[in-house]
Amino acid sequence: MRAIGIILAGGNNHRIRQLTQKRAVCAMPIAGSYRSIDFALSNMSNSHINKVAVLTQYNAGSLNEHLSSSKWWDFGRKQGGLFVETPAVTAESNAWYRGTADAIAQNLSFLKNSHEPYVVIVSGDCVYKMDYNKLLEYHIEKKADITVVCKDLSPNANVERYGTLKMNEDSRIEEFEEKPVVAKSNTISCGIYVVRRRMLIEMIEKCREEDRYDFVKDILIRYKNQKRIFGYKLKDYWSNIATVEDYFRTNMDFLKPEIRDYFFKQYPDVYSKVDDLPPAKYNVGAKIKNSLISSGCIVNGTVEDSVIFKETYIGSNCYIKNSIILNDVYIGDNTHIENCIVESRGTIRANSYHKGEEGIEIVVEHNDRYSL
Amino acid sequence: MVKKEMIAMLLAGGQGSRLGVLTSKVAKPAVSFGSKYRIIDFPLSNCINSGVDTVGVLTQYQPLRLNTHIGIGIPWDLDRNIGGVTVLPPYEKSANSEWYTGTANAIYQNIDYMETFNPDYVLILSGDHIYKMDYEVMLDFHKQNGAEVTIAVMPVPMEEAKRFGIMITDENRRITDFEEKPANPRSNLASMGIYIFNWKTLKEALLANSEQPGLDFGKHLIPYCHKKGAPLYAYEFNGYWKDVGTLHSFWEANMELIDIVPEFNLYEEYWKIYTKSEILPPQYLSADSVVEKSIIGEGCEICGQVYNSVIGCGVTVGAGTVIRDSIVMNQTQIGENCELYKAVVAENVEIQDNVKLGVGDPVPNETDPNIYDHELVTVGEKSVIPKGVSVGKNSVVFGVTTHDDYPDAYLPSGKTLIKAGDKS
Repeated sequence: MRAIGIILAGGNNHRIRQLTQKRAVCAMPIAGSYRSIDFALSNMSNSHINKVAVLTQYNAGSLNEHLSSSKWWDFGRKQGGLFVETPAVTAESNAWYRGTADAIAQNLSFLKNSHEPYVVIVSGDCVYKMDYNKLLEYHIEKKADITVVCKDLSPNANVERYGTLKMNEDSRIEEFEEKPVVAKSNTISCGIYVVRRRMLIEMIEKCREEDRYDFVKDILIRYKNQKRIFGYKLKDYWSNIATVEDYFRTNMDFLKPEIRDYFFKQYPDVYSKVDDLPPAKYNVGAKIKNSLISSGCIVNGTVEDSVIFKETYIGSNCYIKNSIILNDVYIGDNTHIENCIVESRGTIRANSYHKGEEGIEIVVEHNDRYSL
Repeated sequence: MVKKEMIAMLLAGGQGSRLGVLTSKVAKPAVSFGSKYRIIDFPLSNCINSGVDTVGVLTQYQPLRLNTHIGIGIPWDLDRNIGGVTVLPPYEKSANSEWYTGTANAIYQNIDYMETFNPDYVLILSGDHIYKMDYEVMLDFHKQNGAEVTIAVMPVPMEEAKRFGIMITDENRRITDFEEKPANPRSNLASMGIYIFNWKTLKEALLANSEQPGLDFGKHLIPYCHKKGAPLYAYEFNGYWKDVGTLHSFWEANMELIDIVPEFNLYEEYWKIYTKSEILPPQYLSADSVVEKSIIGEGCEICGQVYNSVIGCGVTVGAGTVIRDSIVMNQTQIGENCELYKAVVAENVEIQDNVKLGVGDPVPNETDPNIYDHELVTVGEKSVIPKGVSVGKNSVVFGVTTHDDYPDAYLPSGKTLIKAGDKS
């Protein structure tokens, strides 16, 4: 137990549009059966990091519900455990989390009351598998003060919503730019960091005194030359879901056999809250092509190239193509849905027509549901 | 002080030999049912849904799968500070150690367990029926009638009554007499093997009959209570209840789940059936797949065609394979261009490419004609069926088989091919 974990799960992002009206980005459903934060939590658990704080703020309701019991990720332990921290009025502060560094500052006692030498800080809105122990070993070997996990995106990828960085041949980070207008590099920060716990406490306390609140701007970029900050390249699959396009693409990635094999078949597993739903049911008239279907679904119509989340009902003669249907949606007969993300718990009347003509349409419909 | 109004004792030690090779390595309650469930999930879920949070599970025959499935009871919310689920295997005593020799004998050997909870009532269940039942309603009936023993019964067609234990009651549902598998039944109320006893009555009866060899509820304990004049009542249950004791009834009950609105509905929100879910990911259906009238569990990869079938979790079905009227249990791998017709394939089986199951004309099974019938092909767990072979109807394959076991690449109908485990 060399490290404790912090998962930053407070964020909202206007780029994901209406989908965060009812949930935090980290609670976004992924790949039929999971939620975004499951990946970070499972990585922590599989890396034997037993004490983890989840810092939540924005629209934390459905995230808290998902985290109502820590047993699904094996955090129900006497040693360590899962600590979900929302902003609270205290003697020192009555503010919301004003940034990532401030969120940690307001929970400094979590760091101070631990004895593990290192802290792994990750964001909860990324889909990936990673053994944080390898990262720790790298960090120790490099005698780094801070190690930043980074990834090379393809040369034509749009990196303007990430932090980009440049490393020297020893992997020490020389340049770090947050959300550059014109990027000098296509190596981006994945929002995964390792720091020695005492040094983190020191830096966070300093930030607080100076009224600085952001981990990237006020620590990484500010201390870039004073501290030994190293980059650790991630080679495996990694995807951030904080825009509608990335969210859609990430889900669709799971239609590829190699991605399913990597996440679902290879060690270690990804864990999630168990919902106790019956098996998926296909009635006469169901036609499914190249799609993921989750438990509790009842399908009577046609589904092509889509990801259908749990407990969805698809009526007769429906045609669903290249779409994502989130949890517990009822789709009436003869409905056409194409290039859409249908918001969870929606009820779509029979004979509806939705087609994303330019890009992805987000469908939020809450009609009265007639029972079956 | 620890106090539970009613505790449940679940009899899960039986082999269920009429399920053939399906139970040669696992106890019947641990046999998988309805894609992702196991038979014991139904009584366990009924317990927690009825507010019974203390359940002793009596195990004896092949308990490994059952033990790992139950664990500390997390899936059923039976991990409790006080009570919860406890697995009760037979144990050695300073004198007269013995196996559980009968249903009531198993309960007798666990009097100490029951005593810990200081119960008013004890609910006796068996782990091999598929049903949803609110035991609290049955308890209310028990209390209202001032019964000492209440037996759950269900009306069956008169011509089938001779297969069951039959209760004869007066107009108030008080039991006046009973008959075990009568040739000429006087009533059609069949015992479901579900009893509520007043704890005092049960304890007294168990102690009084402790010397009886093979002490059984139906044969000894109920008649003893009746003879003593204790008020026995029959609680009539009219919902879905299925004894899946034979291979054919097991297959039939699975097939009933795929009806448009099945009589036994797993999709109701307010009486959930819980199970241990080991596999979480969604299922993938490829561009060439065809799936109709089927239920399919988590994590499957379906590239072939599936009609009228029940497929467990983590199953792969290769391209060009056609599965009809079959049951395929968890983690079984089926290759390409196979044909399965009325097959019951247990867990972790490997069926290689171009295998055909259920071909030819039916012939009665050579070793166990009463088990392997109704044209079903049964494949035991962890079996391997090599490339390109065909297997006839009413046949059974169990173990790692090779081409040498199939002369002319064909196992005719009615043949038994068992290479591992105990012959059933």
